[in-house]
Amino acid sequence: MISRDDVAHLAQLARIELEASEIDHLAGQLEVILGAVARVQEVAGADVAPTSHPLPLKNVFRPDVIRPSLTPEEALSGAPASEEQRFRVPQILGEE
Amino acid sequence: MITQNASEMAAAVAAGEITSEALTQAHLSRIAEVDEKVHAFLHVDAEGALAQARAVDAARAKGEKLSPLAGVPLALKDVMVQKGVPTTCGSKILEGWRPPYDATVVTKLKNAGVVILGKTNMDEFAMGSSTENSAYGPTHNPWDLTRIPGGSGGGSSASLAAFEAPLAIGTDTGGSIRQPAAVTGTVGVKPTYGGVSRYGLVAFSSSLDQAGPCARTVLDAALLHEIIGGHDTYDSTSIDAPVPAVVAAAKMRNVKGMRIGVVRELGGEGYQAGVLQRFNESVEVLRGLGAEIIEVSCPHFEYALPAYYLIAPSECSSNLARFDAMRFGLRVGDDRARSAEEVMNLTREAGFGPEVKRRIILGTYALSSGYYDAYYGSAQKVRTLIINDFNAAFAQVDVLISPTSPTTAFKIGEKADDPLAMYLNDIATIPVNLAGNCAMSIPCGLAPEDGLPVGLQIIAPAMADDRLYRVGGALEAAFNEAWGGPLMNMAPSLTGGVR
Amino acid sequence: MSEAMLDYDDVIAKYEPTLGLEVHVELNTNSKMFCGCATVFGAEPNTQVCPVCLGMPGSLPFVNERAIESTILIGLALNCEIATWCRFARKNYFYPDMPKNFQISQYDEPICFNGYLDVEVETDDGMRTFRVEIERVHMEEDTGKSLHMGGATGRIHGADYSLLDYNRAGIPLVEIVTKMVPGTEKYAPLVAKAYVAELRDILRSLGVSDVKMEQGSLRCDANVSLSPRGSGVLGTRSETKNVNSLRSVERAIRSEMQRHAARLDDGLKVVQETRHFHEDSGITTSGRSKETAEDYRYFPEPDLVPIAPDPAWVEELRATLPERPSVVRARLQKEWNIADKEMASMVNAGVLAVVMETVALGADSTKARSWWVGEIARQANERGVEVIDVGVTPSDVARIVELVAMGELTDKLARQVVDGVIAGEGRPDDVVATRGLKVVSDDGALLLAIATAIASDAAAAEKVRGGNLNAAGALIGLVMKATQGQADAAKVRELLLKELGQ
Ligand SMILES: [Zn+2]
Repeated sequence: MISRDDVAHLAQLARIELEASEIDHLAGQLEVILGAVARVQEVAGADVAPTSHPLPLKNVFRPDVIRPSLTPEEALSGAPASEEQRFRVPQILGEE
Repeated sequence: MITQNASEMAAAVAAGEITSEALTQAHLSRIAEVDEKVHAFLHVDAEGALAQARAVDAARAKGEKLSPLAGVPLALKDVMVQKGVPTTCGSKILEGWRPPYDATVVTKLKNAGVVILGKTNMDEFAMGSSTENSAYGPTHNPWDLTRIPGGSGGGSSASLAAFEAPLAIGTDTGGSIRQPAAVTGTVGVKPTYGGVSRYGLVAFSSSLDQAGPCARTVLDAALLHEIIGGHDTYDSTSIDAPVPAVVAAAKMRNVKGMRIGVVRELGGEGYQAGVLQRFNESVEVLRGLGAEIIEVSCPHFEYALPAYYLIAPSECSSNLARFDAMRFGLRVGDDRARSAEEVMNLTREAGFGPEVKRRIILGTYALSSGYYDAYYGSAQKVRTLIINDFNAAFAQVDVLISPTSPTTAFKIGEKADDPLAMYLNDIATIPVNLAGNCAMSIPCGLAPEDGLPVGLQIIAPAMADDRLYRVGGALEAAFNEAWGGPLMNMAPSLTGGVR
Repeated sequence: MSEAMLDYDDVIAKYEPTLGLEVHVELNTNSKMFCGCATVFGAEPNTQVCPVCLGMPGSLPFVNERAIESTILIGLALNCEIATWCRFARKNYFYPDMPKNFQISQYDEPICFNGYLDVEVETDDGMRTFRVEIERVHMEEDTGKSLHMGGATGRIHGADYSLLDYNRAGIPLVEIVTKMVPGTEKYAPLVAKAYVAELRDILRSLGVSDVKMEQGSLRCDANVSLSPRGSGVLGTRSETKNVNSLRSVERAIRSEMQRHAARLDDGLKVVQETRHFHEDSGITTSGRSKETAEDYRYFPEPDLVPIAPDPAWVEELRATLPERPSVVRARLQKEWNIADKEMASMVNAGVLAVVMETVALGADSTKARSWWVGEIARQANERGVEVIDVGVTPSDVARIVELVAMGELTDKLARQVVDGVIAGEGRPDDVVATRGLKVVSDDGALLLAIATAIASDAAAAEKVRGGNLNAAGALIGLVMKATQGQADAAKVRELLLKELGQ
């Protein structure tokens, strides 16, 4: 049901550089876990509405008012690297 | 002094019988003495705690009115951010991170003069039922150091049972407050979802997470609940209503005429004999106190565990995406040649433990296109069915009761790489998180076969948290009378072991 | 790596285009979409950030009510239905400029849907209306900005590392997505441009956004596909990202149509991909291939509760909608009594709104129009900016028109005033004062200059005295020269003729 390749693909989507042994191990475990959790389908009929929020709240807004921000020092305090008051990160491969 | 209840300590501080500083120092000394064995704390903020304590003493000296728990020390689960104090969530990926802001709960604690001793150990990102998944090593159960203290909030509960703190904050996504309370002989409450702000609680599963009070007595838990509860304009899912009158309820000690439901599906097969025995005795105690006992059925509870293990991993796969080595925390492999993407991949591989990775991958799968409806979508429907079950049950009864956990504390390492066996620990606690209502675990005795604490779970409808305290307070009083004192007096560690 | 392009007429002879447009609009709220940070453009890096918009552990989003209101207004202005119940969803993908590595957006429950916008395009047969149907209008949050360091400066390829500023992260964005627009034929590029222009005018009239394309507060992704004429088969589309001027919208669509056609003619496939438009060369280049579609793993945002706009609130908002720009145009065209073509040129130059404002400030409509379409448009064009961004305001133009009408400025002087305003020398009166651009209206000074002119060209003066009024031109020229152009030529003529007995 869930192959090694599936796990490798999921790991790529989730940005985790899994080692080969981890992929093998996880594939086996996920197979078992998914087998167990798939039981939800037994009762999830078309007539049952899904619940995404446990409480029936709606329309919770805040007024468009400025609240204090962090100082740049606070914002950058946990940064692995920073420069020119900005977060410094490795080169970004992507579109131009 | 450290074996007193929080309410007694607060009264002593308020009366000037002891300073908060001395009280805090006594707890810091206790931590220094026993935490090497218990490992309840990941970080002890002695300086910060003493400064807070001195501020309370100064306020008292000036004649200011003190809040009901002013000057009393507390242990904070390391999943809650506190400005300037290391917050790791039990994970390597956050090692060394000092948040630049306070969680709303922390702000409320500080405003109330509650002294924060430090941050307690937990399963990494609150994923686990034993605290063995902490990247910083397991916490040991003060009742038997070879056993787990429950999880994910094992550090908080263990700190109470080891008398390192009289109060603690936990968080409960599937039972992480209640199950540790059960196996350490302490009290833990998962408030109604939205009853306590989640702002500053590092999210595991946003629609299930709820912070709550941990203590050694029902009244202490109620006092803490009143301080941390209430509406917050930084959490959209926070309920805009007053905190239920939990303190008054804890003091009532009367369940006469209450209708109490025993959930047929939470018991029987899979439950340890001694757990069931103590639970059944508790039912008789309640009957003896004048409550009406009614058996109720919640047929969809058997689907709660599978639904939980789809919803929680799905939400966590998204919530934990921000741990990417860019803005805070660990960064691995930045050699100026690797790309940001490669550094993210390497950091997340190195920074997350096996259980976290397992759940992220599982959640990524459950949300991916083509599988969403079958997994995440179906789990959300089960959630509706469980809410319906609760609604039907609460049409007949005021509260529901069950054992909190199917077993007493198991041995460290016993279930380490059997995720399904580990997940079963939460079978009785999970339905509450899925439905968003509230529940409490209180000690109901020791299992005859192993002499370890057994927890009883009380479940109430959303925003009826006061009912938990009414039933819990009455039962606790009855038990204490029968036992000749609190359960904690029977802890072997009080005479040997930790003590 | 430039690709083959087919001649545009040949493209149209063989293929039929289908358009699709996605416009992102930054709302001009005071605070961000989900936190209270300010949204000032151009602030120092990372000064408008907090735990929420930095995606710090433990932080939670909280919806800005005005953002919801603005989005509903946009939906209403675009003839959309407003959802009675909808939710935010998380769009999961990793990118360093997105702090949480998911974007809070809307997925299958947009707040506004099923609308349309009619746009007018000048065709061979006069003005024609094209209906652009709107699929959805939804809310989301903007990302941070990255600065790529080392290598070729500012470019992502070859950069050694990047620096991130999250001031923009979390600014409310509204995404407006059209349905496929068929049947635009050779006018496809013009329809696309007219759509974006009309949308911009509407957004401006609603007051919900600064709609400055060059600052990125309005960004357009333009999709186009071609199908062989009469085949009825929809072609593969390419998506050209962040086309940041009206003119570029038109150019990008045209260029893509020519590129697609050339490929199809050569028996090649059009790749479904993201393209990037280059202003300088006018062509697009390939970005990331979309063949392996991203799996965004959308799910309802658990940290936010559903939105169920009260129908009464929606109706209240509907009642505040300003007159639709197309209706305004029809009315103005009648009021100002101008031809279709002139109206179209004003719309094309993107100056209608400013002309209106100028007229509203009391200026004559013909004068206002001629300034904006003429001198100011020319100067904007020279500088490569939109007319409204050249630095002249409607009140400036109204004042200039007024000064001319009062005889304080000549047209020539007025143009110098415009130069001064554009150069940042202040408002018109400041420029007049500092540059000393007053019309010489002192009769004494003028009479002196006239006497000097008569003396220096007695022959011309004699001709005028003899009734040859054409000869006055040479003398007037001398006077104007002597007064350095600061005299009113009509006044000079009047005084001169009187002096010479005419
Ligand atoms: Zn912010």
